[in-house]
Amino acid sequence: MDKPSRRNAGTPLRTEWFESIRINTPASERRAASLPARRSLKKEWQAAWLLNAVRCIDLTTLSGDDTADRVARLCAKARQPIEADLLEAMGIDRLTTGAVCVYPTMVSAAKRVLEGSGVPVASVATGFPAGLMPLDLRLAEIRYALDQGADEIDIVISRALVLQANWSALYDELCAMREACGPALMKSILATGELKTLENVAKASHVAMQAGSDFIKTSTGKEPVNATLPVSLTMLRTIRDYRDHTGFDVGFKPAGGLRTAKDALNWQVLMLEELGRDWLRPDLFRIGASSLLGDIERQISHHVTGRYAASHRLAAG
Amino acid sequence: MPSVGEIMESMEYGPATEDPSAVRDWLTARGSFGHFIAGRFTKPVETFVTSDPSTGQPLAQISQGTARDVAKAVRAARRAARGWGAMAGHDRARFLYAIARTIQKRERFLSVLETLDNGKPIRESRDIDIPLVVRHFYHHAGWAEIAATEFPGHTPLGVVGQIIPWNFPLLMLAWKVAPALAAGNTVVLKPAEYTSLTALAFAEICAHVGLPAGVLNIVTGDGATGAALVEAPIHKIAFTGSTEVGREIARNLAGSGKKLTLELGGKSPFVVMADADLDAAVEGVVDSIWFNQGQVCCAGSRILVAEAISERFETLLRRRMQKLRLGSPLDKSTDIGAIVDPVQKTRITGILDRATAAGAELIGGQAQQGCFIAPGYLRNIAPANPAMREEIFGPIATLSTFRTVDEAVDLANNTAYGLAASVWSESATVATDLASRIKAGVVWVNCANIFDASAPFGGVRDSGYGREGGREGMLDYLSAPTLTGVKDPQPAAISAVPDGLTKDPDGIDRTVKLYIGGAQKRPDGGASYLAQDELIPIGSRKDIRNAVEAAQGAVGKWQGLGGHGRAQVLYFLAENLALRRSEFAGFASSDEVEAAIRRCFFYAGFADKYDGATVSAKPGHLTHVQPEAHGVMGIIAPNGSPLAGLLSLVLPAIAMGNTVVTIPSQDRPMAALTLAQVLACSDVPGGVVNLVTGPRDPLGEALASHDGVNAIWHAGQGEGLTVAERAAASTLIPVWTPPACEWTAPEAQGRSFLRAASRTKTIWLPYGALPAGTGGSAY
Repeated sequence: MDKPSRRNAGTPLRTEWFESIRINTPASERRAASLPARRSLKKEWQAAWLLNAVRCIDLTTLSGDDTADRVARLCAKARQPIEADLLEAMGIDRLTTGAVCVYPTMVSAAKRVLEGSGVPVASVATGFPAGLMPLDLRLAEIRYALDQGADEIDIVISRALVLQANWSALYDELCAMREACGPALMKSILATGELKTLENVAKASHVAMQAGSDFIKTSTGKEPVNATLPVSLTMLRTIRDYRDHTGFDVGFKPAGGLRTAKDALNWQVLMLEELGRDWLRPDLFRIGASSLLGDIERQISHHVTGRYAASHRLAAG
Repeated sequence: MPSVGEIMESMEYGPATEDPSAVRDWLTARGSFGHFIAGRFTKPVETFVTSDPSTGQPLAQISQGTARDVAKAVRAARRAARGWGAMAGHDRARFLYAIARTIQKRERFLSVLETLDNGKPIRESRDIDIPLVVRHFYHHAGWAEIAATEFPGHTPLGVVGQIIPWNFPLLMLAWKVAPALAAGNTVVLKPAEYTSLTALAFAEICAHVGLPAGVLNIVTGDGATGAALVEAPIHKIAFTGSTEVGREIARNLAGSGKKLTLELGGKSPFVVMADADLDAAVEGVVDSIWFNQGQVCCAGSRILVAEAISERFETLLRRRMQKLRLGSPLDKSTDIGAIVDPVQKTRITGILDRATAAGAELIGGQAQQGCFIAPGYLRNIAPANPAMREEIFGPIATLSTFRTVDEAVDLANNTAYGLAASVWSESATVATDLASRIKAGVVWVNCANIFDASAPFGGVRDSGYGREGGREGMLDYLSAPTLTGVKDPQPAAISAVPDGLTKDPDGIDRTVKLYIGGAQKRPDGGASYLAQDELIPIGSRKDIRNAVEAAQGAVGKWQGLGGHGRAQVLYFLAENLALRRSEFAGFASSDEVEAAIRRCFFYAGFADKYDGATVSAKPGHLTHVQPEAHGVMGIIAPNGSPLAGLLSLVLPAIAMGNTVVTIPSQDRPMAALTLAQVLACSDVPGGVVNLVTGPRDPLGEALASHDGVNAIWHAGQGEGLTVAERAAASTLIPVWTPPACEWTAPEAQGRSFLRAASRTKTIWLPYGALPAGTGGSAY
């Protein structure tokens, strides 16, 4: 696949691209289950792939008890996600996470800490996580987050419109959000755990991309089931199909289901096998996670030192 | 070695080699392997080398089994047979359980050994072969435990000779050994000469768990060793391998009375309908022909795609193919490993050369340095292209298109084989229709190459006969309860020139004819012989041909009636037989007539009750095992029991939905020819029962030589049976010899007849509207 560097401009609503889509769930699950067993990463390769995952992490805190200080601590970790001596041992001089991801009211705190680091700040918006707010308030929230300095906006879609197959309404809402985002990247959270079927996930993915999303994202982290490999597989295949139709590359962000270093490897294998090398860069791949980084850092520490580190020996996020 | 920073740019996988040192240590310690006979390894005498096909490096020396070695192993198995067969099921179950557990505990060792010896990727031996081996022994430990109550009156066959191929060495061993031992047989097994090592490691495991000496014997060697095993005094041969060798074995066993099951080649269709999940189907191809280097007898090697979506499907297929990694089998990131031997590589490239010379276009599929061939497929390929008809047994599929469902079925069935099929459609209506219309022993709906010990596996047509796995598989290693033996009398010699006149000169002459396609037909040869004071038509090869054609023409409608519809016909037949009792006077005893009437009722009653089963194979899969009629059956009826004998065979056959060509009693054909009139007035559709009188043995041979016949029942003994079995070895028609019994006896009926009148088709249908969210371990 050649890489056009254009931002996804979206298309008019083209329901014929997805209305007859058929997805066999057991087959998707078989593929998702066999894929991690088909590829193995050892030693330097494992370390490199784990560091690559770190580059792609949207280090996230989205809790009701978030405070400016808590966010500052997270941002410090985003600037230096892996201890410097570990990086040095591997000959890597600089590494940050892909972004931090916070609530709109935490954006300014994050921006302060991250100034000069090059780490973008992503803000959730549009009534995260449920999205059940009037559209004008949801759009206003986007504008507020941008005002606070957010570089990227993670919006949530109206699940009801998917369950009702009201594609034109969904498309219109998303177009309005995209317009509100302006130059900021828009990541559309589908909340796949609430869409339930893979066909719903695929259709929602198509509408989100047609409305100009820069990324499609699985979950808020608040649904009962968050990112899974079968759901991710489904979304990646729609990204491929959308690219075949339009030539636009859309990014992918699994969120809420990745906790271990092994998860990080599995998802990267999925990206490489289903889409290709370009989707292992932070401009097209992000991982929404909070605890994942700790496990990766422990694995990296083991790779460098040959010992497993207790978590208290590594800097908290 | 690249630095971490460099890898972060390239994002390559890097090497991930499974550590083979434990296996190498074992090989070094053993050095040279003898046979495993009577619980001990023999001293190696004449040996040959077995190599790692991915490197060509020798792994070990293996013994070339001689006829004497085989004889010794068979003697050991015979000595052990009585004790093992008489052992309580629970005790046999304990051994099978111990074997299962031990294999499980040594799964890594066995996976690595299999990969080294065979060349298959470690992922496959680790995640597929060995887990299925373990599952097979667990499952059959269960059968050993419950066999006495589940198969009442059944007894072990005795000593079983088993010959297995090189594509799934330990798995094929498990498929053969586990049911044989569970049923109480003892075994002499010959592994393939390319891949004997896991069988020898298995022998060590058997010794380790204390399996009684002689219960399992392994004799290694090439085809000559296998041939010696076929000749040896054993009770059954179970063979998995090429169709060519299968035919030879069947020929050698003709007339021997030894049982035979054959699991042979295939050229299985892979049908993608327009409403399929195309990504799922593409992944199905990966699991079919790009699995185990395409060295899979049931691989969906003929991809048939609906024209409406063929372009998109091919685009996706080609992209997916480019992602497959060819390389060292021990590397955990390898998808395609080594072909088992340079001989096979040459064979594959030879077929590809002929295919492209005949006009096909090869995408991918290039031969590589060493014993490797890249995955590929042939497009623009005509049905007559050799690669469309022959089993390539390499990682190369064929890709062609169809327009409509009926064309898909026609193309799917346009093959000599009938092992498996894979069909892809999101419509349950369409998928199940395809599953029922494609001629194969296994059909995977929206999946491919899924196996389980409880799901019978085996083929039809040139793919062989017999089933492995589940209840059906167990029955192939057991003898049904025996009936009181009554030998069928040999027919008298036939003269086409009858001498003397025995007719009553005052009556009107009676003309009896052949009964073909529901009509009375004069024999093609225009000759008659004298029997029961009547001139009986002498049927010939041409009359058999006409009768088979009539029977083929009647199959669809007869099966379409369903069990209930056929039952009504059989009840009506009973009614008319009862009304016409007197017409049989002089041709059949009244006992025979009464038995015939009861048989009609019995099989009418059973016509809608010989059911399949849904087996507990894997969670999330509806796995349906259904008995299906063979199609056209040839029945060589007993000579000694002209009416009850004939109907005891014809009725179960037609009750199951077969149509039959029957050769009635040669000496006493008048009952059958009278029956023809009753059939005609009993709503039995024309062509369902065809009667061809004449010399039994040549007619039996003609039936067994006709490719359009799908099964033979032969009630005779001696040379006639041998001749028919020899002919059926070429056509690969299964021959069943019904128990020689008193045909008027009430026990000359039952499930064993219905089972022989059908073969099972296993249909796999994975279900699930919503993802479980866990990924699971479906594959």
